[in-house]
Amino acid sequence: MKKTVLFVLSFVVWLFLTAPFHPQGVDWQSFGVGLVVSFLVGLIFGEMFTETPHKFLWVSRYLWALYYLPVFAYACLLANLDVAYRVLHPALPIRPGIVKVKSRLRSKSGLTALANSITLTPGTMSVEVTEDGYLYIHWINVLSQDVEEASRLIVERFERILERIFE
Amino acid sequence: MRESLGYGLMLFGALFDLFGCVGLVRLPDIYNRLQAATKCVTLGTCMILLGTLALCGFTAVGAKIILCIIFVLITSPTAAHALAKASHLSGIRLWEGSVCDQLEEDKKL
Repeated sequence: MKKTVLFVLSFVVWLFLTAPFHPQGVDWQSFGVGLVVSFLVGLIFGEMFTETPHKFLWVSRYLWALYYLPVFAYACLLANLDVAYRVLHPALPIRPGIVKVKSRLRSKSGLTALANSITLTPGTMSVEVTEDGYLYIHWINVLSQDVEEASRLIVERFERILERIFE
Repeated sequence: MRESLGYGLMLFGALFDLFGCVGLVRLPDIYNRLQAATKCVTLGTCMILLGTLALCGFTAVGAKIILCIIFVLITSPTAAHALAKASHLSGIRLWEGSVCDQLEEDKKL
């Protein structure tokens, strides 16, 4: 099961890289090479890749991931306008600090995705993640030093969706 | 239409990259600089790549561009996290105007 997941994933990446389906026909040579190589990769490294392969079969996770994409893109754009404003403002309006927030997510992939999302969204960057779901966030404009309040402001909007994708 | 969309995206991507560089020069300490560098450079690079995608369409090059965007989105924040964590572990102070450092407080306990 674990090996199959890695096989399919590496084969999809190979298809994207080589794009063997041309309008004038299929390039069977690169298609075959990819098949063999991803089979070997899956066979050798399958055990290292994921701990919960059954999650890859839930279709609803992919739909939530699709919904997450525009939410994330919008937050990312806001983040950049925010940074541009702070950087170009003559008085440099920043109030930085490191705050602690709590997350409901427990799976490693979920926490990783959350930390990465936080880094790319307005004014926040994850500095440290602990196993029990606490994140230390560097905030460029600290609005609250309280754990609950900061969690509500930073984490919650992503957590709702990421919970359905990764947990 | 497709050309103007592509070139427009590239222009805005380059602009965001520029803002990231300005932030790198103006902001006071490593954590703030990382913030500006990571956010702006990630979105700027993704927009330049999207502009290229708009210009060349979903061909063999387009498939590689989508792959590039996914890898940039995964690796860039991870690298920023590694740098920030490493600098905090090695004891680099926050800027003196910072309001709080709860990680430092929790480390002392």
